[in-house]
Amino acid sequence: MSIFEIIRFAIRGLNSNKLRTTLTTMGIAIGVSSVIILLAFGNGSSKAVQAGIEKLGTNTITIQSNRGGFGGGRASASRSVSSKPLTVGDAVALSDPTTAPDIKQAAPVASANTTCTFGTNSSTPGTFNGTWPAWFEASNTSVSKGTYFTNDDVTEGRRVAVIGNTIVTDLFTGVNPIGQVMRCGGIPFTVIGITEKKGSNGFQDGDSLVVAPLTAVQRSLTGYNNLQSIVVQAKSAKVQDLAQTEINTIMDAQHKVKNVNNRDYRTLNQASLLATTSSSSSVLTVLLGMIAGISLLVGGIGITNIMLVTVVERTREIGIRKAIGAPKRAIMTQFLIEATILSLVGGLLGVVGGLIGSNFKIVGVQPIIIPSSVFLAFGVSVFIGLFFGSYPASRAASLRPIEALRYE
Amino acid sequence: MHPVIDVQGAVKQYGSGDAAIFALDGVDLRIDSGEYVAIMGPSGSGKSTLMNIMGALDNMTAGKYFLDGIEIDTLDENALAVVRGRKIGFIFQSFNLIARTTALANVELPLAYQGIKGKERRARAMAALKVVGLEDRVSHEPTELSGGQQQRVAVARALSTRPALLLADEPTGALDSKSTHDLLDLFDQINAAGRTVVVITHEDDVAARAKRIVRMRDGKIISDTVNKK
Repeated sequence: MSIFEIIRFAIRGLNSNKLRTTLTTMGIAIGVSSVIILLAFGNGSSKAVQAGIEKLGTNTITIQSNRGGFGGGRASASRSVSSKPLTVGDAVALSDPTTAPDIKQAAPVASANTTCTFGTNSSTPGTFNGTWPAWFEASNTSVSKGTYFTNDDVTEGRRVAVIGNTIVTDLFTGVNPIGQVMRCGGIPFTVIGITEKKGSNGFQDGDSLVVAPLTAVQRSLTGYNNLQSIVVQAKSAKVQDLAQTEINTIMDAQHKVKNVNNRDYRTLNQASLLATTSSSSSVLTVLLGMIAGISLLVGGIGITNIMLVTVVERTREIGIRKAIGAPKRAIMTQFLIEATILSLVGGLLGVVGGLIGSNFKIVGVQPIIIPSSVFLAFGVSVFIGLFFGSYPASRAASLRPIEALRYE
Repeated sequence: MHPVIDVQGAVKQYGSGDAAIFALDGVDLRIDSGEYVAIMGPSGSGKSTLMNIMGALDNMTAGKYFLDGIEIDTLDENALAVVRGRKIGFIFQSFNLIARTTALANVELPLAYQGIKGKERRARAMAALKVVGLEDRVSHEPTELSGGQQQRVAVARALSTRPALLLADEPTGALDSKSTHDLLDLFDQINAAGRTVVVITHEDDVAARAKRIVRMRDGKIISDTVNKK
């Protein structure tokens, strides 16, 4: 008895009750497609979060002073004798291509806490940075309207500013901000550019931003010798670790650090932030996958149920087949194949449904299919057919012909 | 030359102790090749139990059974399937064709289970259908055939494997008199061709066609006579 023959018997068996076959197949199809779609959704949402973080700047390493909490030099009371503040000299040293070949550029940042006004409107920027033009690229910030300030502006200490969208809406409703003079902490700054929208990273509004030449900010707002941080851009994400090492070497030399465990500066990089967020979003993906897996399991139990009913219903047929010489194996294989075809067809439909369903946005998140999830879901569905079909099949095969024939 | 059927001291017991019922209570029966035997008896006489045992569908509580020289009781499930497929052709009262399956496919089925393939299988099935006079109904499904035609498909199915024994259990029970007559003519013809035929029946006119009549009552054979036509 060839396997094709048995497959033909199995298909004939499935054909004889089309509605039931369709419903069972749908159970598996829904399970498989929900696994694919939900995993794609989880993957898509984690990619979206990552993209949001990348927008706020990648390849960048931020150096901060360890002399006291935030606010840098202002916490002068906690200043320890041995520690030095970050200086413009540090930034210049970090920009040296011979000692730091993997660093593209570095920019010192002086931060001010101040409120800006224009007419009667006022806004307190989340970030008010005095820096170098290199900062824009290092922090992945680009100007969409107007211009950047230049190194010349820094040298001359011109009071010009590039502002974010939140500041634009707060201060300049109905006015073109370019060329307007706003006052920040009483000091006039001419707006020369507006940054591209960054959105929020969940902690901070990336658009509540004012960026001005370092010298201008230091002169009028923060004073000298009070750098908040130095933003360093590595040449690429790949050499970020090398860049980190170079930073430590240069900074240790600049600051005469004797014990590397007791540095007077610290570094933060975006890569570690990305790693944290992606691990939390992978928890979400796993959770969604588990929920979908349960529906796949329910589909599998549906197959068992249907196959058990089928075996009972066809007891007499099994009896006839046995009476005319069907070996146990043939009966077993026939029912097993029936169950496998159900799950195979269901799995294929589920994959198609999953691929189609993943094209639609769910609550604003574009699902991104994980290719392995397609194979996994399909493989699991076929396995489910074999596993959940084997009990009814062995029950059918072990029916005694005399009892099966008597069954009405 | 060994007999086709050799039942020795067959006992079939249901229940135990005081509630024990003996469906067969020590039956000895020998049927030689080429015989045409009718087994008769009222319901409850044990004739169906005997038929199930002869057909290797059921096992005995005690006794021995040789079918075409093979001791059936010693066989495992797989060997039994082979014996049922090759040695016995069954014909049932309710035809027992596989539903939604053409006459040809039904006749091919036991051959398929024996592993006979393609052209040979088709040719043998067609030949068997020709013997029963249904060569023009091969692609009809059971529901499209009359009772008499269905039973003839069942006969063709039983003949297709060229069994040592054709075993019919009340084959005319669901047929009208015309179909009954046709079927019995067919049995005569099959037996005349040399095949052993055993018919279980409670109808006298069916038994009258056989060459030998075995009568049963309460699990025992009460008479075993040659039928003088």
